[in-house]
Amino acid sequence: MPHTRTPAVAGWFDGEGDGFRLLGTRCSACASVHFPREDLHCRNPHCTGGPLEEVPLSRSGRIWSYTDSRYRPPSPYVSNPELPWEPYALIAVELEAERIVVLGQTAPGITVADLTVGMEVEVVPGVLDEDAETAWTTWHWRPTGVTV
Amino acid sequence: MTQDVAVLGAGMHPWGKWGRSFVEYGTVAARAALADAGVGWSDIGSVVGADTVRGGYPGYVAGATFAKALGWQGARVASVYAACASGAQAIAAARAQILAGLADVVLVVGADAAPKGFFRPAGGDRPDDPDWLRFRLLGATNPTYFGLYARRRMAVHGDTPEDFALVKVKNAAMGALNPYARYRKRVTAEEVAASAVVADPLRLLDICATSDGAAALVLSSMDFARRLGAARPVRIRAVSTVTPNFPNTVLDLPDIATDSAVAVEPTGETFRASIARAAFEEAGLGPEDLSLAEVYDLSTALELQWYEDLRLCGEGEGAKLLREGATAPGGRIPVNASGGLASFGEAVPAQAIAQVCELTWQLRGTAGERQIAGARVGITANQGLFGHGSSVVAVR
Repeated sequence: MPHTRTPAVAGWFDGEGDGFRLLGTRCSACASVHFPREDLHCRNPHCTGGPLEEVPLSRSGRIWSYTDSRYRPPSPYVSNPELPWEPYALIAVELEAERIVVLGQTAPGITVADLTVGMEVEVVPGVLDEDAETAWTTWHWRPTGVTV
Repeated sequence: MTQDVAVLGAGMHPWGKWGRSFVEYGTVAARAALADAGVGWSDIGSVVGADTVRGGYPGYVAGATFAKALGWQGARVASVYAACASGAQAIAAARAQILAGLADVVLVVGADAAPKGFFRPAGGDRPDDPDWLRFRLLGATNPTYFGLYARRRMAVHGDTPEDFALVKVKNAAMGALNPYARYRKRVTAEEVAASAVVADPLRLLDICATSDGAAALVLSSMDFARRLGAARPVRIRAVSTVTPNFPNTVLDLPDIATDSAVAVEPTGETFRASIARAAFEEAGLGPEDLSLAEVYDLSTALELQWYEDLRLCGEGEGAKLLREGATAPGGRIPVNASGGLASFGEAVPAQAIAQVCELTWQLRGTAGERQIAGARVGITANQGLFGHGSSVVAVR
């Protein structure tokens, strides 16, 4: 078992269990939300800019579209070439409050056969890959209320 | 509306997996374009190259590399990188030089030797690069984005995998007639349906391959064309190189998320549609004026999207337009008479130039068995990673 859990990317998500959230930044001047986080300047061209504040994104949203990856993606995606390739699904999710679409892998065990456009999904903590020392953590989307 | 520039010459190296250097491909295409133009290499005042990565040198090179291969002769030089839009932006740079009076006649070249399989980002640990991040965090290859667009069309417009397959059938039939195409075999809908799923709902034959290839153009001022005796050359009337408008609300390669629409209401016009609109506006023409279109069919489903973005039909009516035969040869607006990327594959810096080569031959009436009768106005449409627009309007 890995000894430590380390985010695969720093500052994009936080929390455990039901408290897990994606983290973006919000412009204090125009309220635009940025994910992945934008810490330098607001990207709204009409905005004069203000301090950018870290905000948790909505926990759930609706599927904009989905697909999967039936062939092993190339590096820098990490997978064990010794093991048979297990396709994973990807979901693009519309978050209503932020009016943004965020892509992510599905939780393990969820396939495209389980999904439809418009279905509600929620963000859950997941593991991208792991070695003997470290589990690299990420976010996953999972149909709301489903536990696999 | 700006002035026209003349297309004096067009040339290609056949596309495929040839295992040779992009310099060789580009030089072959350049010499073919020069011969077609009837212009000597030493008369070229400027060379613009669409960039590729040269092995052993960690940079993007093109213009001077081709100039060296053709023999240094002191021409002005520029190199352009804009991902898949590199070729169109090289044409834009050449055209700007001609219209500004900096050069009378310019050689534009794009060539590549593509890697096998999926495109992937440059190496190293680079978490500040969105292209690197989408592979590292999501394993989101280009085909997965094509799959997202295809599934979205199915959900919103009712398109079916059978509709997508018909695009491949149409383009393969044209590619079979094109001596420069990599794939020169007709394909049936059953063959598409029997190919392996790559990114649900898209199959192997719905997605374009990677290829080696090269394309080149000789462009000039209208005065130079007249002096050369080219009385009625094909003319480039518009080149659209626009960026998206905030908020960009369609999830796009290589991004992990869209812009938020909280602060600014989206106009309803997508990035791809804005690329085409800018080209039409600059040309002073509209979709009703078109004889043909060459669009960027990275996937079969994406070709249907371009029908709508070019306003060849209304939103959601792309599959209907296809089924009616309007986009096939003999139809109201044939699309991808060259065979498209479905038949060529991707050779990134070359493909936007290759699209204009096809328009040139079609508008001259020299496209052989692929000829669209009476072609007078053509448009190309393409989109480069990271927000590079690309569309060219040519007329005769």
